[in-house]
Amino acid sequence: MVVASRKAAYHHKDGEMTETLVKKNMSASRTSAVPNYRGQQVELGRETVGNVRCANPFMVAENVNVFYGDNHAIKDVTLEIGKKEVIALIGPSGCGKSTFLRCLNRMNDSIESARVTGNISLDGGDIYDKTLDPVVLRARVGMVFQKPNPFPKSIYDNVAYGPRIHGLAGDRAELDDIVHRSLERAGLLKEVKDRLDDPGTSLSGGQQQRLCIARTIAVNPEVILMDEPCSALDPIATARIEDLMDELCEDYAIVIVTHSMQQAARVSRRVAYFHLGYLVEVDDTDKVFTNPHHKLTEDYITGRIG
Amino acid sequence: MHSTTLILLMGFMSIAAFYLGRSRSLAVVGGPGRGKGLHSLPGYHGYFVSIWCVLPPLALLSGWMLVEPGIITAMVVKSLPASQQELPAGELNLLINNIRNLATGDVVSAAINADFQRAADLYNEYNATSRRLLSVLVLGLAALGGALAWRRIHPDLRARNKVETVIRWALIVASSIAVFTTIGIVLSVLFEAIVFFQKVPVSEFLFGTTWSPQTAIRADQVGSSGSFGAVPLFAGTMLITAIAMIVAVPVGLMTAIFLAEYSSARVRGIAKPLLEILAGIPTVVYGFFAALTVAPWVRRVGESAGFEVASESALAAGLVMGIMIIPLVSSLTDDAINAVPSAMRDGALGLGSTRSETMTKVILPAALPGIVGGILLAVSRAIGETMIVVMAAGLAANLTANPFSAVTTVTVQIVTLLVGDQEFDSAKTLAAFALGLMLFIVTLILNIIGLYTVRKYREQYE
Repeated sequence: MVVASRKAAYHHKDGEMTETLVKKNMSASRTSAVPNYRGQQVELGRETVGNVRCANPFMVAENVNVFYGDNHAIKDVTLEIGKKEVIALIGPSGCGKSTFLRCLNRMNDSIESARVTGNISLDGGDIYDKTLDPVVLRARVGMVFQKPNPFPKSIYDNVAYGPRIHGLAGDRAELDDIVHRSLERAGLLKEVKDRLDDPGTSLSGGQQQRLCIARTIAVNPEVILMDEPCSALDPIATARIEDLMDELCEDYAIVIVTHSMQQAARVSRRVAYFHLGYLVEVDDTDKVFTNPHHKLTEDYITGRIG
Repeated sequence: MHSTTLILLMGFMSIAAFYLGRSRSLAVVGGPGRGKGLHSLPGYHGYFVSIWCVLPPLALLSGWMLVEPGIITAMVVKSLPASQQELPAGELNLLINNIRNLATGDVVSAAINADFQRAADLYNEYNATSRRLLSVLVLGLAALGGALAWRRIHPDLRARNKVETVIRWALIVASSIAVFTTIGIVLSVLFEAIVFFQKVPVSEFLFGTTWSPQTAIRADQVGSSGSFGAVPLFAGTMLITAIAMIVAVPVGLMTAIFLAEYSSARVRGIAKPLLEILAGIPTVVYGFFAALTVAPWVRRVGESAGFEVASESALAAGLVMGIMIIPLVSSLTDDAINAVPSAMRDGALGLGSTRSETMTKVILPAALPGIVGGILLAVSRAIGETMIVVMAAGLAANLTANPFSAVTTVTVQIVTLLVGDQEFDSAKTLAAFALGLMLFIVTLILNIIGLYTVRKYREQYE
């Protein structure tokens, strides 16, 4: 997978190659013209290219629209997220990928002007159901943020925070166990086991982000949402987080928003490309990176890599 | 020329100097398009000339104003007949005052004779000469300074650095004014307090439990020995402050939490300005609210419940003071809560915390230093508050912990000690300074404790 996408990258460096691909796609029929990230007019239809369905769907978003006041931020997005799969959401800034991510655990609820329509279900249950408490949902769909945001507490208390508020541990020994297992899974235990009482903020940026991941998996979620988790980290810390994602996807579905095409290619099984609130193209990662079907996807991928 | 006119003229000269300096800086590099040849921007050259045009004459002017009266007086005294020159200092002062009054046309408390009139005329003449000389010197110096600076303009002149040095010194002077004023206040209070402690032993002041500061004006006066035990005053202050904080801290905290985290933007938009209006009410208005509305109400309610309540009670004053402090606590807490990065909020919510869990377990601990700081400020405010207590808590220095009885506070006693017609060096008047000093020390200790607590328990999020 990784090799394939890298090859694609090299191919696209070649201007001639790009040119032919562009010409090939010009013939396809589209309904409206939108500017691409370079300001050129490109045809864009409401139909998502590729395959929004997957074999083993766990979270299903159907015709989701999000409005911030009068601003229509997400337009009619349908997407399935499979069990234990890593799906990457890519696209230029402001394209709605983070907004879509935040719909998946109702973090948009806290924004007063935000309005979500359509249907999102988790394991068959509607997550926007009036009777469902978002608190319960967020325990099942955890989130890791762009900037590491450990609480101003000790490392131990950071990880123990979730289990404590959800009452997951019966006694201190059980809580200790959860904390240690979570740190272990996040690959942080070795580095911090002698200083669990130090403040979480005393760790380095990469360690802080792994602490935030440990904090998230301590609640034992089913889906983990990651909003550009590596954008504030150096390449070494990024590599560690990516390795971690590889391990975590054995147990969790992971939805990651990223600006790094290479990262999307390395960690994800499927890729969804967003543009101006539309979900333009979804497909298996190697297909999208080697042979994008939509002009916008191709523009974005080649522009970024080439 | 009058000094106001002089300063005004110098202002005009400085503006002219600015434009002259700026245009010359452009001229030396050959026109407005060539500004890149200058080390500093043309504006800095303008300021440079302007500063040289203003600062030296301003220094001369203030120096002149300082020494002028002394020199003129000495010269006038010298012209007086020898018999008058040898008068004792007090009488000589009186004489000089009279001469001055005669010169300026004020009321004179002596017979006017020829000598006297001549001295006054002389005084006027010296004054006029001095003014003329000053005007010429100041304007000349301004022109000279400006011209010299103007001639120094050169593409390599480091005008920006020089101007910035002057600005830095101006800022240092401005910030040291507050520091030196504080030091001055502390010293003046300290010296008067030392005089007081020579009359009344420190131990009596600190540990005495009777406060009755009436001292005899005449030796044969009855029943006014005076007793200066400050304990009842500090006890009263503590009692009222405690009542005020019991009201203000919970209400203020909860108000802030509601406004920062729970209220909609509309409610917040209405409630915040209203709270600020509450903060803007003069304390004297709170005072008669306390004395006329709350105190009788407290008395009625207390008596219907079977307590004996004084018509001026600590409870009434403390309640109203607490209400007065609510906006202070709530707005400082609100600031502290809003200063917590929203990433903390998102992180807690993303883990499935409820709003109240987010608030109590994450945001409040992170905002704690700011909140404690705010509460300490509120305590200082309560300790220093005077008007409400004067009007609602009375003057009786009772040593009691009963909130229904009348008490008095340190600040109230300072007021009553200083509004009397005692002579200034009596123990009664000086006691005010000793109380002030004690109050200062107490608030200082409170602040140190507060800072220490905050530093020890703060949860840093950066």
